[in-house]
Amino acid sequence: MKKTLLSAAIGAAVLGFASAASAATLDTVKSKGFVQCVVNTGLAGFAAPDASGNWSGFDVDYCKAVAAAIFNDATKTKYTPTTSQTRFTALQSGEGDVLFRNTTWTINRDTALGFNFRTVNYYDGQGFMVPKSLNVKSALELSGAAVCVQSGTTTELNLADYFKANKLEYKPVVYEKLPEVNQAYQEGRCDVYTTDQSGLYSLRLSLSNPDEHIILPEIISKEPLGPAVRQGDDQWFDIVSWTHYALVQAEEFGITKANVDDIRKSSTNPDVRRFLGVEKDTKIGTDLGLTNDWAYNIVKAVGNYGEVFERNIGQNTPLKIQRGLNALWTKGGLQYAPPVR
Amino acid sequence: MTDHAAIAPSEARTLRSYVYDPKIRGIFFQVLTLVIVIGVGWSIFDNTVANLARSGTASGYQFLKGRAGFDIGASLIDYSSDSTYGRAILVGFLNTILVAFFGIITATAIGFIIGIGRLSKNWLIAKLCTVYVEVFRNIPVLLIIFFWYKGVLSSLPQVRDSLKLPLGMVLNNRGLAFPRPVWGDTAWVIPIALLIAIVATFIVARWAKQRQMRTGQQFHTIWAAIGLIVGLPVLAFLAVGAPLTFDFPIAGRFNLSGGSVIAPEFVALYLALSFYTASFIAETIRAGIRAVAKGQSEAAAALGLQPSTTTRLVVVPQAMRVIIPPLTSQYLNLTKNSSLGIAVGFPELVATGGTTMNQTGQAIEVVSIWLVVYLSISITTSLFMNWFNAKMALVER
Repeated sequence: MKKTLLSAAIGAAVLGFASAASAATLDTVKSKGFVQCVVNTGLAGFAAPDASGNWSGFDVDYCKAVAAAIFNDATKTKYTPTTSQTRFTALQSGEGDVLFRNTTWTINRDTALGFNFRTVNYYDGQGFMVPKSLNVKSALELSGAAVCVQSGTTTELNLADYFKANKLEYKPVVYEKLPEVNQAYQEGRCDVYTTDQSGLYSLRLSLSNPDEHIILPEIISKEPLGPAVRQGDDQWFDIVSWTHYALVQAEEFGITKANVDDIRKSSTNPDVRRFLGVEKDTKIGTDLGLTNDWAYNIVKAVGNYGEVFERNIGQNTPLKIQRGLNALWTKGGLQYAPPVR
Repeated sequence: MTDHAAIAPSEARTLRSYVYDPKIRGIFFQVLTLVIVIGVGWSIFDNTVANLARSGTASGYQFLKGRAGFDIGASLIDYSSDSTYGRAILVGFLNTILVAFFGIITATAIGFIIGIGRLSKNWLIAKLCTVYVEVFRNIPVLLIIFFWYKGVLSSLPQVRDSLKLPLGMVLNNRGLAFPRPVWGDTAWVIPIALLIAIVATFIVARWAKQRQMRTGQQFHTIWAAIGLIVGLPVLAFLAVGAPLTFDFPIAGRFNLSGGSVIAPEFVALYLALSFYTASFIAETIRAGIRAVAKGQSEAAAALGLQPSTTTRLVVVPQAMRVIIPPLTSQYLNLTKNSSLGIAVGFPELVATGGTTMNQTGQAIEVVSIWLVVYLSISITTSLFMNWFNAKMALVER
């Protein structure tokens, strides 16, 4: 009896292996009942757990939006916190379903690493932060400085390229985890801190004396941050991409978390009605593999793109980040959604 | 066994007798285990191949030839962001070897002192050594690394308030900077002089031993060796006109420029590994010395040997036979623990390999390199220690 049980268990384990390797992500997500998002271990404003272990932030809201689109319940999420070194392996190995971790979209990651990127939920660029007392006005004055940087990031590569291109010398001080980089900078192990500008604003807040540090004007790279999924599952890729587009489109329509119910009831605009899934015989949602009110569920759960931005990293948050490039295309920014029809 | 052999061939066996035959049971379970191991191994392999193919990840080791693009803070060989991933991993490997080499030497030295100290007749020394062993043996090595890095080294003065030490050395929280010797053109005679001195020392030692065997007269080989090994290179150095200048560390706008720097990351890892492993080595040493029967030293005393000679010629050689095998394990542990350097940003093998893995996505390949390298280091250390053990083992005559 024991032997039969054992062999049955082994058989099941082998089958389990095989099925995990081939099933469509949406089916897996539906059957387990939650979306597993790979996020940062802790970056204020983007993804960080509070004292009671509840995650919040810009990236976390995206995870909630995906959950809302699938389950009509934004709480059906789980998070895998990763360092910049472990994030890709976590996604590759199926530890998470989608990567929402302020990750730069590069061709290498899109091809050789086996991921798919399509949307940019935050247009960023790499900058430098230095203590005011050093009296530095430009990154070009930084020759000879010790620079703190996180390992395994595009930041680390851009840093090497920028200093090489400008014939400047520097001493890299590299750590695997963000809090270690943070502490090293604060203790004066290095003179300069470099990462994406959004990250610099977030990290400056966590310093004991934020006013004594300035962020230099140079932006040395393009850092389009966006969600990534594994290659080979187009349906799942579409769901993640269109979750972002739905958020942007909702802002363009002026649909917010507060007024989405009213608009759904009273709107006569066919574009809006199609978007919210109330037009007759629409099958936009079901074509995605979801229900037709998917976009309504997203907005109802987390609001539109502008609300997500302002709530987590905008002017009324400690980060005080301007919309800048992340404004809608109608307001001079780059956020643009393809038509929902 | 004999019972079964007696019963089995005579009668036609029932199924029950097969089920309860321990020999057949044994074979059955061995075959079952083998099938399970092969089955699980195959399913892991097959699953990996299938997943790699599905995720569109490139596999193979070609990525090692690609341009790394990232810089490394501390390197023993020439390295820039233009170097290859392979070279980046090599830099990490050499850093691992560096910290393991110095760690092993220091841990052995501290371990010997503490281990012998615990056997001291002086109450205070014995108790202090006991406290040392109990403290360091019972704290995870990662915490000791953090203690050195965050507790001690990061509280050193900031760059702009650097501590000026004698001989042009400068100490701050970015490390210990010291003047780098710059050798002149004629400096090549010095290593040659050193080589000659070493060879000469061997010859002198041999001659002294033979003379002692022949005449019983002792010769101060140690002093002659020191005289030769120190004196000859110094003479050569002076003879070619002292071709040596120093590159002193000078305060630049941000950092010190010039000179050589020992980074705090290295020091923290090196000290932590040394102190931690030393506590285990101390216990090994104590056990080894205790294992030598008291009669041995009493017999040596009865033969009229001095206490110091007794220790050197009677107790230690016998203790070494007990000490060396567990000492090998400690050396292997120290080497493997050096991978914790990643916690303080020391660019050892796991750190540079990890960055490579992240940039290229070649997780399986990089992990396999880690495994092979650590296995090779461990096997090499083991082989060396086994050779040393065989040399020290009791020679039966």
